[in-house]
Amino acid sequence: MAHILLRHREIPDLEKLDVYLANGGYDGLKKALSMSPEEVISVVRSANLRGRGGAGFPAGIKWGFIPKTDGPKYILINTDESETGTFKDRELVERNPHQVIEGAIIAAYAVGAELIFNYFRGEYMDAGYAFEQALRDCYAQGLLGQDILGSGFCCDFYCHYGAGAYICGEETALINSLAGELGQPWSKPPFPAVEGLYGKPTVVNNTETMANVPPILVNGGEWYTSMGVEGSPGVKIVCMSGHVEKPGNYEVEWGVTYRELIEMAGGMRGGRAFKALLPSGGSGPVVTAEALAAPLSYPGLPPYGSVMGSASVIVMDETTDMVWAAYKMIHFFRHESCGKCTPCREGTYWMEQVLDRIYHGRGTAADIAVLEDVATQMKGKCLCALGEFAVSPVLSTIAHFLDEYKAKVSLSAKAELIEEAVLATA
Amino acid sequence: MIRDTYAEEIAGLLARYPDKKSAVLPLMHLAQEEYGYMSYEAMREVAELLNLDPTHILSLAGFYSLYYEEPTGTYVLEICNDLACALRGADEFVEMATGKLNIPVEGTTSDGLFTIKTVMCLGACDRAPMLQCNLKFEENLDEAKFDELLARLRAESAGNVRPSSVVERINAFARQTE
Repeated sequence: MAHILLRHREIPDLEKLDVYLANGGYDGLKKALSMSPEEVISVVRSANLRGRGGAGFPAGIKWGFIPKTDGPKYILINTDESETGTFKDRELVERNPHQVIEGAIIAAYAVGAELIFNYFRGEYMDAGYAFEQALRDCYAQGLLGQDILGSGFCCDFYCHYGAGAYICGEETALINSLAGELGQPWSKPPFPAVEGLYGKPTVVNNTETMANVPPILVNGGEWYTSMGVEGSPGVKIVCMSGHVEKPGNYEVEWGVTYRELIEMAGGMRGGRAFKALLPSGGSGPVVTAEALAAPLSYPGLPPYGSVMGSASVIVMDETTDMVWAAYKMIHFFRHESCGKCTPCREGTYWMEQVLDRIYHGRGTAADIAVLEDVATQMKGKCLCALGEFAVSPVLSTIAHFLDEYKAKVSLSAKAELIEEAVLATA
Repeated sequence: MIRDTYAEEIAGLLARYPDKKSAVLPLMHLAQEEYGYMSYEAMREVAELLNLDPTHILSLAGFYSLYYEEPTGTYVLEICNDLACALRGADEFVEMATGKLNIPVEGTTSDGLFTIKTVMCLGACDRAPMLQCNLKFEENLDEAKFDELLARLRAESAGNVRPSSVVERINAFARQTE
């Protein structure tokens, strides 16, 4: 099947405006401009396009929350892509930028916004540089700025760069960061649709979500829901990384199994045996071989105790030390915790300390219980999803690989006994 | 003074935001380019441009990992050794790179040319091991390619070529408003 999002895989130079236009580019925008904003929202709603950043909230419903009042409104594209194992949005903005831009202009028209920002993580400044070129071409062709395509609709579009902070992918933190404040989230409500950037109604959508909008406008909601599975319609870009032969982005219809995804990525590296995978970067619980039969969909992984999230699949083979993997993830979350709420700031710190002890052979059996206790105490008490995510690698590795934890602490117990014996004889 | 060096860029940046406080991160990128790191002088300058308290800039500099609070080498090699990259040899790569330059992580070579840092996921897990050198991605690395990179950067610096920087990238987007 031809790609719908990663179209540049078939069409060379798609990042150039003339090539994009020659391949049906901006037809979705033209169609949208011939409709009323309400009609545009209803098409996107009928497609049940769910947010691709991980939370899965339907984009059409989100757009519908924006009040129909006059006054400034904003569209923000979330290209802060920082989840471990996620690299799909970067490919889109670098190789198929116009589809993202087109989707955002359609969103702006639908909610009556006249200013769009694409928030890139600072590390994507090179990708942003290329994206800026695409924007300049749009201005030159009347696709942005005043009176877009003669419709009377006006809209400006700028890029903005962060400076290295995972938390800015959380929508309220992103808004704060763009406003020049610390990139820390706030407790909702108020929701951005009511009070967002500069206190005005704001839509925040993931880059991949935006790229889905133009084909939906062109082909209709029914076409979109004919792909994928019930509740998870359309296509999804899956980031495959870790111990597979061909890591990379794979665009698939929802419903493929995780086993098929690994096969698509060339199978296990070096023919080794599969051990576990993280289905949504570091932010979802680890699953074992039984979950390979699960379909890629929102309800697919919950029976196996995990979530699909942004579909960043980190695959691990039999050689992987799962205590090490948990330690790596907690190191990440401790580093990225924004420090605003106590359970996350302190919890990630202590989980890292305890895991550090256990991993480096200085832990005791009691440390496993302490670790589990800290994680359990954090659950449900954090201000935003980051803190909730941080406990999943810990609790899930303890649940599935308790033996590995026990082996680590019994080794350190043995080392202690030997040390004591040596001291006694000295 | 970035007010003088980057007058045009600053005007372009301030023009694009409904509230000029939004320009603070890009201005800090420019200031870091000018001074090499977020010195107190750099922070005060950004604060003055936006009528902000300098302590606000200090808190931002501490919050965001791309602002350096200490001087660095000409080239900052930020190697990702997060889980997805580590599964493909990033930790061993860090060990090789620090050994080769004979510096610890966070250290700078005595000629002032290279600083090595380890960083969280950079969004290039399919091309690990990888690093960013002054924000430019270098991917699918191994020891031979690392040697090539070092040789290229040394030649660049001997030829007085300005390292790839944020300025030209900031430039491009600041001028878009024209």
